[in-house]
Amino acid sequence: MTLKEVKDILDAEVFVGHDQLEMEVSTAFGADLMSDVLAFAKSGSLLLTGLTNPQIVRTSDVLDIAAIIIVRGKRPQPETIQLAEELRIPLLSTKYILFETAGRLYSKGIVGCVEKVSEKRDFL
Amino acid sequence: MTSCEALRFEKSFRVQGKSFENAGHISGRVKALLQRMNLSSDVVRRASVVTYEAEINICSYAERGRILLRVRPKFLTIEAIDEGQGIADIELAMKEGYSTATDKIRQMGFGAGMGLSNIKRFSDTFRIFSETGKGTHLKMIIRID
Repeated sequence: MTLKEVKDILDAEVFVGHDQLEMEVSTAFGADLMSDVLAFAKSGSLLLTGLTNPQIVRTSDVLDIAAIIIVRGKRPQPETIQLAEELRIPLLSTKYILFETAGRLYSKGIVGCVEKVSEKRDFL
Repeated sequence: MTSCEALRFEKSFRVQGKSFENAGHISGRVKALLQRMNLSSDVVRRASVVTYEAEINICSYAERGRILLRVRPKFLTIEAIDEGQGIADIELAMKEGYSTATDKIRQMGFGAGMGLSNIKRFSDTFRIFSETGKGTHLKMIIRID
């Protein structure tokens, strides 16, 4: 689905990326621990997180995350918005909690970027 | 893997210690450089992740440090060398979940004791040297062939 559809499903506010809402997304990863995002999230996925600091953008840049969805109605810090603009990573915020955000997207066809983690390292 | 293989690229980056203002900036630059070298996305991702975790460690714990990237025909090396408190018990520090992170580090989504194990997991070869009160030296090798 498009990021525009994601935005509508989540009734989300767009902070960065008004011009990128046509991008297609099909997978997501959700976590507040950036080390786990680095270990398990896949490029091209949505990142669902409750954090709002610039490291969510740095982490997304390193992994080529498609777009960041901040959950639980939190608002990104000004430095986070600035960095997302600089690196051209869409940044949205939804009032839904992480569980609801994931469930609403899953029911419309977005799946996890991995189903289960594997014992050995697992790339891309 | 002999180190006498022709060096294709070498660059050293300074990392500011005890500051998160620019944390991740060097990793972004390393990623962009490697992408321009037409390396596989798998190699770029692994190199970027280990650089990022190493950079976060310097920003979290060291007074100052540098990250050294070297690219050779068959592999690349990333070294993170810092001056700082060092690690007293490396075996313990390598354990998933063990951390000495402050609240500030945890608030940023790090400091859960996954950094060094992530670095090890994403490298083909990982070496760590540390001396208490002096600093830490990480060396990661990633094959690109």
